[in-house]
Amino acid sequence: MSDAPPLLEARGITKAYPGTVALDDVNFAVRAGEIHALMGENGAGKSTLIKILTGAVRRDFGAILIDGRPAEPDSTPRAQQAGIWAVHQEVMVLPNLSVAENVMLGCQPRRFGLVDRRKTRRLANQALAELGLSLDMDRELGSFPVAIRQLVAIARAVRANARVLVLDEPTASLDAPEVERLFDVVRALASRGTGIVFITHFLDQVYALSDRITVLRNGKAVGSSRTQELPQVDLIHMMIGKGLEQAIERERPANAKKGNVAASFVGLGKTGLVEPFDITLHAGEAVGAAGLLGSGRTETAMLMFGAERADTGSVEIDGKPRRLRSPRDAIRAGLAFSPEDRKADGIFGDLSIRDNIAIVLQSKRGWARKLSRRKQQRLADEYIARLNVKTPDADKPIGQLSGGNQQKALLARWLASDPKVLILDEPTRGIDVGAHADIVKAIEELRDSGLALYVISSELEELVAYSERVSVMRDRRQVALLERDELSVDRIVAAIAASSGDR
Amino acid sequence: MIKARSLPGWAPPVAAMLVVLLINTVLFPSFFQLRLVDGRLTGSLVDVLIRGAPVALLALGMAGVIATRGIDLSVGAVMAIAGAVAANALAGGASWTSAIVYALAAGLACGLWNGMLVGFLKLQPIVATLVLMVAGRGIAQLITGGQITTFDDAPFAALAGGTLLTIPAPILIVATIAVLLTLLVRSTALGLMVEAIGVNPRAAELVGINTRSIVVAVYALSGVTAALAGIIATADIKGADANNAGLWLEPDAILVVVLGGGSLLGGRLSYGLTIVGAITLQAIKTGILLAGFPPQMGLILMAVMVSILLVVQAPALQQWLQHRALRRAAS
Repeated sequence: MSDAPPLLEARGITKAYPGTVALDDVNFAVRAGEIHALMGENGAGKSTLIKILTGAVRRDFGAILIDGRPAEPDSTPRAQQAGIWAVHQEVMVLPNLSVAENVMLGCQPRRFGLVDRRKTRRLANQALAELGLSLDMDRELGSFPVAIRQLVAIARAVRANARVLVLDEPTASLDAPEVERLFDVVRALASRGTGIVFITHFLDQVYALSDRITVLRNGKAVGSSRTQELPQVDLIHMMIGKGLEQAIERERPANAKKGNVAASFVGLGKTGLVEPFDITLHAGEAVGAAGLLGSGRTETAMLMFGAERADTGSVEIDGKPRRLRSPRDAIRAGLAFSPEDRKADGIFGDLSIRDNIAIVLQSKRGWARKLSRRKQQRLADEYIARLNVKTPDADKPIGQLSGGNQQKALLARWLASDPKVLILDEPTRGIDVGAHADIVKAIEELRDSGLALYVISSELEELVAYSERVSVMRDRRQVALLERDELSVDRIVAAIAASSGDR
Repeated sequence: MIKARSLPGWAPPVAAMLVVLLINTVLFPSFFQLRLVDGRLTGSLVDVLIRGAPVALLALGMAGVIATRGIDLSVGAVMAIAGAVAANALAGGASWTSAIVYALAAGLACGLWNGMLVGFLKLQPIVATLVLMVAGRGIAQLITGGQITTFDDAPFAALAGGTLLTIPAPILIVATIAVLLTLLVRSTALGLMVEAIGVNPRAAELVGINTRSIVVAVYALSGVTAALAGIIATADIKGADANNAGLWLEPDAILVVVLGGGSLLGGRLSYGLTIVGAITLQAIKTGILLAGFPPQMGLILMAVMVSILLVVQAPALQQWLQHRALRRAAS
């Protein structure tokens, strides 16, 4: 088997978007009959790679080979003709059409130029029977649960001679028996020679199903290995990385003085979002938060900032009890929160850098007390210099900056509001090395200047370097709070892995 | 490195207006001639401004709504309601000042209703304002009892027919409102906040902008300006026609905002450019009328003119032209 060329191979795939390199010289291959797990944190480049392989996005450089021959799947239909099919998270079926019509979509048999309904039903029934499924062919697909719709989407691909099937987070909304049924179908397909690409965040499912694992991180393929030969701890290491390329040598001053309690969150929680947790932040210290995607780390920050309304627990800022019912309340109380998804939740892309920096201070003052143009300009100039934002002037729309410079401008907007507590969600994700170092430096300076920080990051070495404590999240609860003297990357990884084993 | 300098945002709408005015002068050399008749300024240009006043007022309200990435389809119906309320009050013997107050209050109530649906219940703006677009005309008919309510009140009628220092009242009203609104949004932070909501509503919430109140406010303002338009229309015909007042003016108002450089994706607010858009649209209409085309041709010609103007301003076309210029400069 290993002598035959892979069904689908990607060589040196590179894809850049303004400000970020989504994929950097990535190699990836799927062999016949192989179930290949593609792993990586959010933004690692998984979805870009899949989109390139299935013809939704065009690559900048690199080659795609099908059966060892160069191929150009430059549109979804052409990729499908070549046998490459994807079943996405939001399953692509037409809920208002019947089961039979969905299975046969795009290749319905015709008779005298009209759709042959009887043959459609028969062929669809056959295709589903191959997957061990028997459904009422005439019922609207929308009336079936997601698990069934997914299997119908797979049946459609299989009937159209899919040779490589990409399953993007197929188990996200399935219960345990449904997952088992899906896995049976996937194993059966693989045993018939179909190549499977399996994307998921559930580590135990990867070990239950896959033959091989490839890990992407920050747009690079950091490793590919047979599943049996890759212990779970190593996999997590590969996914979340060893941190910065240049080792962070700076030692924390041992006599780092602990300031007063800047904020304390006691028993804060929201049903279905995050289980109640306690966090205390002192002035002049950074508390880190680690955990895999979906572990509840972002939700924790949203609760602390009032972007989600807590249904249990209490908050004290600077010794005063506060009720945070909205970000407005939180900002007035002296909190600041820079979200993970810069583009969707952070920047105002069409507005100038100046407006983007001034806006938090402005909304804190209220609409009636406008910051003068001169004051805005001064703020913008000051922070552009202080945080080393690379731009010709403050008039440029922030959307035209690179990711790292956008991140600096977002940091600037919060610092300009003079907060007591700064919450940062993945401040160094998806930015280049230089900007990365600038941000880490800024975090350390802010800490030493007396700000209380809560930093969520997947860069564990970084967290270890600047944090006083690290909160480890898993399954929407805080499972460990590691103190400074017991803090190390290995301890954090162990805490994440130990807990994800028993899910 | 060659740098393509992009045009400032105000340039395309202003250029479009100038082109339309220029075409009008070529066709009718007397277009820009102003004369004083009985202490009142007259001429084609004045006519354009007077006729365009109701739509300009609707568009001034619409501009704020569109800047938050919303839309207000109910403005025509609100015009009808406000007109009906005013005419009814006058016919019932109310003073002209209280008639104005009642009509504006009715418009404000309509706007607040829309604002609540969009800001608090998070309904899609099109759906939310469609309710009042349909129901509003019915409400107006209820107020007038299905009749055309007429009145005889000289001070009220002067809102459409009167002059102050030779300038017709509707022009003064529109100019005053445009200046006041510009001052309001630029001397406070409202302009920035409205644009921020339009560009990225989620981020606006997270930086602490009171998005709900501001959204309610822009719809409320749209209700008030629509009521003002209704007052002028009612004063003009000295009566309220609930069936026809403000009919089909919603698309005109939206078009005016777009001709003024607004984007339905939100994030751009300029009352000055909205006035530019209003003049452009009305100048096209007047030009077609003056040229003596049959009315059925008029709508088609207007559509053609508007399409040309929008295509020329389209970002895709401008990018393509820039791209070509770059390549030519490079070779």
